Amino acid sequence: MNFEDSPEEARYRTTVRHWIADNAPDMSGLGAEQRRNWHPGHKEIARRWQATKADAGYACISWPKDRGGAGGTAIEEAIFNQEEVRAGVQFTYFMTGLHMLLPALLEHNQDALALNRVPPAVRGDEIWCQLFSEPASGSDSAGIRCTAVRDGDDWVISGQKVWNSGAHVADYGMLLARTDPGLPKHKGLTVFWLDMKTPGLEVRPIRVMSGESELNEVFLEEVRIPDSQRVGEVNDGWKVVISTLMNERAALGSGTGLSWRDMIALAGQTPSWEGSVMEDPAFREWLADYYVNVEAIRLLSFRTLTSLSKGEAPGPASSAGKLLWSNKTQEMTDQALDIQDHFGLLDGADLAVLDGAFQHRFLWSPGLRLGGGTDEIMKNIIAERILGLPGDIRVDKNVPFREIPHGR
Amino acid sequence: MNFDYSDEQKALKDQARRFLSDVSPLAVARKVLEAPSPGFDATLWTRIGEQGWCGAAIPEAYGGFEFGHVELCALAEELGRALAPVPFASSVYQFSEALLHAGSEAQKLNLLPGIASGERIGTLAFSEGPGVLSAGRISTRYSNGALTGTKLPVTDGGIAHHGIVLALGDAGPDLFLVDFSGNGVTRQAVSTIDPTRGAASITFQNTPAEPLGSAGKGSGSGLEQLRRIHDRTAILLAFEQVGGADRVLEMARDYALERYAFGRQIGSYQAIKHKLADIFVKNEVARANAYYGAWALASNAPELPVAAAAARVAASEAYWFACRENIQTHGGIGFTWEADCHLFYRRARHLGLVIGAQRDWKRRLADRLVRRVAQENAQRSEA
Ligand SMILES: Cc1cc2nc3c(=O)[nH]c(=O)nc-3n(C[C@H](O)[C@H](O)[C@H](O)COP(=O)(O)OP(=O)(O)OC[C@H]3O[C@@H](n4cnc5c(N)ncnc54)[C@H](O)[C@@H]3O)c2cc1C
Repeated sequence: MNFEDSPEEARYRTTVRHWIADNAPDMSGLGAEQRRNWHPGHKEIARRWQATKADAGYACISWPKDRGGAGGTAIEEAIFNQEEVRAGVQFTYFMTGLHMLLPALLEHNQDALALNRVPPAVRGDEIWCQLFSEPASGSDSAGIRCTAVRDGDDWVISGQKVWNSGAHVADYGMLLARTDPGLPKHKGLTVFWLDMKTPGLEVRPIRVMSGESELNEVFLEEVRIPDSQRVGEVNDGWKVVISTLMNERAALGSGTGLSWRDMIALAGQTPSWEGSVMEDPAFREWLADYYVNVEAIRLLSFRTLTSLSKGEAPGPASSAGKLLWSNKTQEMTDQALDIQDHFGLLDGADLAVLDGAFQHRFLWSPGLRLGGGTDEIMKNIIAERILGLPGDIRVDKNVPFREIPHGR
Repeated sequence: MNFDYSDEQKALKDQARRFLSDVSPLAVARKVLEAPSPGFDATLWTRIGEQGWCGAAIPEAYGGFEFGHVELCALAEELGRALAPVPFASSVYQFSEALLHAGSEAQKLNLLPGIASGERIGTLAFSEGPGVLSAGRISTRYSNGALTGTKLPVTDGGIAHHGIVLALGDAGPDLFLVDFSGNGVTRQAVSTIDPTRGAASITFQNTPAEPLGSAGKGSGSGLEQLRRIHDRTAILLAFEQVGGADRVLEMARDYALERYAFGRQIGSYQAIKHKLADIFVKNEVARANAYYGAWALASNAPELPVAAAAARVAASEAYWFACRENIQTHGGIGFTWEADCHLFYRRARHLGLVIGAQRDWKRRLADRLVRRVAQENAQRSEA
C-alpha cells in the first residue's frame, strides 16, 4: 500500500508536468461558450493538443508501439492523465475511441485495414463513436434489432441506433448488429466498424435537456461494408461488447469536471447568515461527506490502475465509481445552487458564478446517471457480480430473440 | 378534523384541471421555453385572469372574488400540475398576499382590483446577489420618497406593473411599493435555469416609491415582514409543488408500465418499483404538510410559521426528488429536450429557490420549532 510516487514515478511526473506546462494550449482567452465540449473552437484546441502529445510520445502511453502507442506503462499513462487534469487540459473527444473502442478492435482484428485507423485516431485526426444503443434497447444492450445480413464478401446493415455521443462529428463508428435472430439474444450478435460516411448511413443530432446536441440518432439503410470490417467472430459480438463496456465504466468513473475545490471557492465567496457559506456547519458537514465520496472515486481509480499494471482486467468494482461519480455530481450541483439561494437560478455566463458552470452541470447531471450504464444497472452488477446475489428472473434467455416480449 | 377538500373545493379543483388541460397543455410551457421573451404566455394569463383566480383570496371590497385561501391552494395545485407559464405565483402568492398582509387600506383599494382581475401583475423584489437574504447586504436605498439600487434576480420583474421592493430606509430594511412602469426603472431580462418563468435585473434610479403599510414611514422591520409574507407564499407554492410532483409520478408510472427491458416491463423491477414508491412517500409527506399549511393559512392560526416552513421544506424536497428520478426512470429519452421531463426538473428547482433555498427554510423551521417548545414550556410552568 503506497499512494506516493516511487522515485521513478516522481521523476516521470516532474518531467511530464514541465512538458505540459511548456506545451499545453492556453485556455485563458476562451469565453464560457468556447470552453464547453463540442464547441468548434474547443474541439480544434483538443485536436491540436492530441497531435502535440502524439508527436512527443504522450498519447496512448500504455499501448504497445506496434499498435500505435508509446510503449509505456499504465502507471505512466495514469500519471500523465492526472497532470493533464491538474493543468485543465483534459478533453473527452477521443476517449470513446482510444479507451473503449480501438483497444477492443485491435484485440479482435489486426489486419492492415484496421491498423491503418490507429495512427490518425491517436493523433486526434479521427474521432470514433459507439453505435450500440437503440430506441428499444439501452440498458438491455443485447436486445438490439439492427440487422446485418451476409451478402457475398459484404454485410448489409439496416436499423437505427440512438444516443450516440459525438456521432455527428465522428469519422468512424463501432456498431453492434444482430446477425441471427433465431439464436438466443446474446448469441446472435456481431460487431463491425465502419466509416461514418458510408452510403446509407445518416446522422441526426438529438437535442438534450441542457440544450446541446452532442448525442445523435444514426439511421442505417442497407449500408454495405466488407467482411474485413467485422470485429471478432460472427455471432460472437457480445464478447467484444463486454470488453468495451468494462473499459467505459473504468474511464467514466475516474471523475472529471467541477470538484470539491470549486465548491470551497464558491462557498467562500457566497455570503451566509454570518460570514460566508464556508463557515456554515451544515455546509461543512456536507462538504466532508462529499469529499470522502469523490476522493474515494479518485483513490479507487488507483485500484483499477493497480490491476491494470498487473495485467488484469478492471473488474466489476469500477461500477461503484461510476455510480458514485454521477450521483455525487448531481448532488453537488444541487448544493451549489442551494447555497446561492435565489441567485442560484441565474445561468447566464454574464451574471452567474463561474460563468454558469454549476447550472450547466446541473442540467447535464441527469445524463451522467444514464450514459455508460444506468444507476440501476450499476447496482445490479454490484449485487450480482460482486456480492453473488441471484439475478432477476429472466424471460429473455435461452429463447430465440424474436420470441422475447417487448414494449415500445 | 377533516383532512380533505370539501365537495365544493373538489368541484372547483376538477373544473380547474379540465380548464387547464384545455388552455395550458405542456406545449404552452414549451413555447415559452423555446422563446423565453417575455417570459410568460400572455394569452394563457388572460384566460386565467378571466376565471377570477387571481382574486381568489382577495376580499370583494378590494375587487376580489373571495373564494378563500383553501380554494386558492386547490387552484395552485392545478397550476403546478399544468406547469402553467404565468406570473401567478409572483402576482398572487407574493404581491397580493403582501398587500393583504401588510398594505395600507389605500394601497389595497388602489392596487388589489387590478391584481384580482389579472389585468395588472405584481411581484416582490428582494434578492440582490448570491447567498441568503440578510439585512447587512441590502444595498438598495430609500430616502425622500425615492429608491436607488439594483435588484437581481426579480422573478417576473420584466413584466410586472407593480413591485414591492426590499430596501434600506431611514429605520433599516423596509418594503416599498414601486410602479415598475414608471420613471427611473430600468429592466433587463436575465437567463435562468427555468426560462418558462421569466426573471429580470431591475435598476432603480431615484425612482418614486412609498413604504408598504399605513404608517407612511418605515419601521425597519422589512425583513421580518418579508418572512411573514413568504410564509404565506410558501404554503401556496407547496401546492404547486405537490401538484407538479404528483403529475411527475404519474409520468414515471406510465412509462414504467409501457417500457420493456430484458423482455420485461421496467416497472416489474424492484429498483424501479421502489424508486416510484419512494417518490410516492415523499409526495405524501409534502401533501400532508401542505394541507396543514392550507388550514393554518385560511384560519390565520398561530401554527402558521411552523406549518409554512414545514410545507415548504417537504414540498421542495418531494418535487426535486420526483423530477430527477422521473428522468432516471425514463432512461435516455428522459434526458432529451423533446421529452417533457426536463420542464419539470427545471420548474422544481425554480420553485425550490424562488423564495429562498432549502437550507434557509430548514433553518427557519428549526428555529421556529425551538421557539414553540420554549413557549410550551413557559405556558406549562405558568399553569
Ligand atoms: C449522455 C449519454 C451518452 C450516451 N452515449 C452513448 C453512446 O455513445 N453510444 C451508445 O450506444 N449509447 C450511448 N448512450 C445510451 C445509454 O447507454 C443508454 O441510455 C442507457 O444504457 C439506458 O438505456 P435506455 O435509455 O434505453 O433506458 P432503459 O434501458 O429503457 O432504462 C429505463 C429505466 O429502466 C431501468 N432498468 C432497465 N433495466 C433494468 C433492470 N434490469 N433492473 C432495474 N432497472 C432497470 C433503467 O435503469 C432506467 O432507469 C448514452 C446515453 C446518455 C444519457
